[in-house]
Amino acid sequence: MQKSLSIDPAKCTGCLQCELACSYDNEGVFNPSKSRIKVFNFHDQGRFVPYTCTQCDEAWCLHACPVDAISLDASTGAKIVSDQLCVGCKVCTIACPFGTINYNQSTGKVIKCDLCEGDPECAKACPTDAITFVDANWTGLEKMRAWAAKTDSSVQAGA
Amino acid sequence: MTYVVVGAGPSGVIAAESLRKSDPEGEIILIGDEPEPPYSRMAIPYFLVGNIEDHGTHLRKTKDHYEALGITYVQDRVSRVSPADHSLTLASGGTQSYSKLLIATGASPIKPPIEGLGLPGVHHCWTLEDARNIIELAHDGAHVVLVGAGFIGCIILESLVKRGVNLTVVEADDRMVPRMMNQKAGGMIKQWCLEKGVNVETSTRVTKLEKNAKGTLNVDLDNGTQLPAHLVVIAAGVKSNTDFLEGSGIEVKEGIVVDKYLKTSVEDVYAAGDCAQGPDIAGGWSVHAIQPTCADHGQIVGKNMAGIKTPYKGSLVMNVLDTVGLISVSYGAWEGKGDGVEVLDEKNYRYMRLEFEGDKLIGALSLGRTEHVGVLRGLIQTGVALGQWKDKLKEDPQLIMEAYVATKYV
Ligand SMILES: Cc1cc2nc3c(=O)[nH]c(=O)nc-3n(C[C@H](O)[C@H](O)[C@H](O)COP(=O)(O)OP(=O)(O)OC[C@H]3O[C@@H](n4cnc5c(N)ncnc54)[C@H](O)[C@@H]3O)c2cc1C
Ligand code: SF4
Repeated sequence: MQKSLSIDPAKCTGCLQCELACSYDNEGVFNPSKSRIKVFNFHDQGRFVPYTCTQCDEAWCLHACPVDAISLDASTGAKIVSDQLCVGCKVCTIACPFGTINYNQSTGKVIKCDLCEGDPECAKACPTDAITFVDANWTGLEKMRAWAAKTDSSVQAGA
Repeated sequence: MTYVVVGAGPSGVIAAESLRKSDPEGEIILIGDEPEPPYSRMAIPYFLVGNIEDHGTHLRKTKDHYEALGITYVQDRVSRVSPADHSLTLASGGTQSYSKLLIATGASPIKPPIEGLGLPGVHHCWTLEDARNIIELAHDGAHVVLVGAGFIGCIILESLVKRGVNLTVVEADDRMVPRMMNQKAGGMIKQWCLEKGVNVETSTRVTKLEKNAKGTLNVDLDNGTQLPAHLVVIAAGVKSNTDFLEGSGIEVKEGIVVDKYLKTSVEDVYAAGDCAQGPDIAGGWSVHAIQPTCADHGQIVGKNMAGIKTPYKGSLVMNVLDTVGLISVSYGAWEGKGDGVEVLDEKNYRYMRLEFEGDKLIGALSLGRTEHVGVLRGLIQTGVALGQWKDKLKEDPQLIMEAYVATKYV
């Protein structure tokens, strides 16, 4: 059974441990601006929403890439960027309708969540279980997935 | 069942793969006329600066990719299509019959009416072969004139600058990337380029190219200036490759006209990518000659050809450009319908403009931002009702990601 990140915004206290863990593990710095998961703060409602790539089936980024630099990791279901093949054209960053693949000007490559080879740092760092890594078919991600399907301009089925 | 795909660019290749996925049995023949394995034009800028070699431009990297999928890749040129007998004439002499045909022949650069365009040292930048020719001439310190500052021109501009040439860009329109950016943003990109040492001449035309005594070129501009050049690169727009369809009965306007299933006016003939004029998101029919549209077309047309009816909801025009480090993004109806908002920080080269219709986002422009720009596609494409977030975006247009997350999860 493949697992995926399950996000329960109601449990998030906005402590940003996930952003710190992500940026440290992936970029070697404790710097939320380099994190692949982002916590959005809605002051008015007193709500925090952690948000990252859902590894959607449509895989907009993967299909838009002109040089085959994004591939599907069959064991985790993650869509993974190869730094070696990525030329930095950024077309994936405008093709992803969720805004979850971003260009990193300092490396000239793009970055996105790769599920940390099946052991996501954000989930391990979250002290309140707002982010958990669980069996794919009962995650809170279903809501995001449903939205992903609606975002599909083309009724594409499968990646 | 014999599927024939004409054109081995991204739309043809993605379509062939999509066909294979939907029909494990059928014969698939992919015909391309370039003397290369299928590659992406989009990789050319990175090839020009030596970041990648030929292999890095190839659409698929694994050896035997096509054989493994049972796709036969043929290097040839289709010179005629005869729908009545379901057959193609090949430039090499033979014919090829088809059950279902896809035309994915892309586009070719336009030759502007300039005297001397055929001289040595004058090149387009459209194919890998063009790129190799440019590399020969674009040495450190060489004088280069780039004709056209549209999207493709500006992409090449960055590569030429990185090659260390002495560059002048000549654009007939009144600003850079006129079909992607408004006055404000186009002007800021020009200012940025000038600061980076690129000469930019807008509202100016090249009138004539001549060989001079030194064996290089003289470039005449309509403002009376003459520029010396070792290399002239022509990037004055493109047009769909449809000439070979004359007499076939297949309807062509700006491109090959296709319905929402990407089928042409003729039975069993489909079209995709830069050569196709298909449904757009605003309810019209457009040629959107960009990679994301190619990828969508390729996927969907493969299914339809294999008999899995899959309507296309329409293309959204989108571009991202890196002009010597200044990143700009444009989406959809950025010209707007009179209900827009913008924030400008001219000194820091940051700009964001959003265009609304009712409480929906229909277009956007941004300069100097790389985080979460894709969400503009999500907001426009889904036509999500922004509700109170429209007012918040009017106060701060940079809150696009917050608006998206809030309308979905809060
Ligand atoms: C330098 C450069 C940079 C670019 N950068 C970007 C970018 O950043 N973002 C973006 O969205 N787009 C970009 N583009 C545009 C993008 O490359 C095109 O939209 C895309 O290549 C179109 O794909 P296609 O498969 O429809 O056509 P093509 O890639 O043009 O492929 C069509 C193929 O069909 C062949 N063909 C034509 N006629 C025949 C025939 N009669 N018989 C057999 N074969 C034939 C052609 O030779 C060609 O190989 C760029 C283009 C260039 C040149
Ligand atoms: S930026 Fe890299 S990963 Fe993204 S589309 Fe371009 S080459 Fe592919």
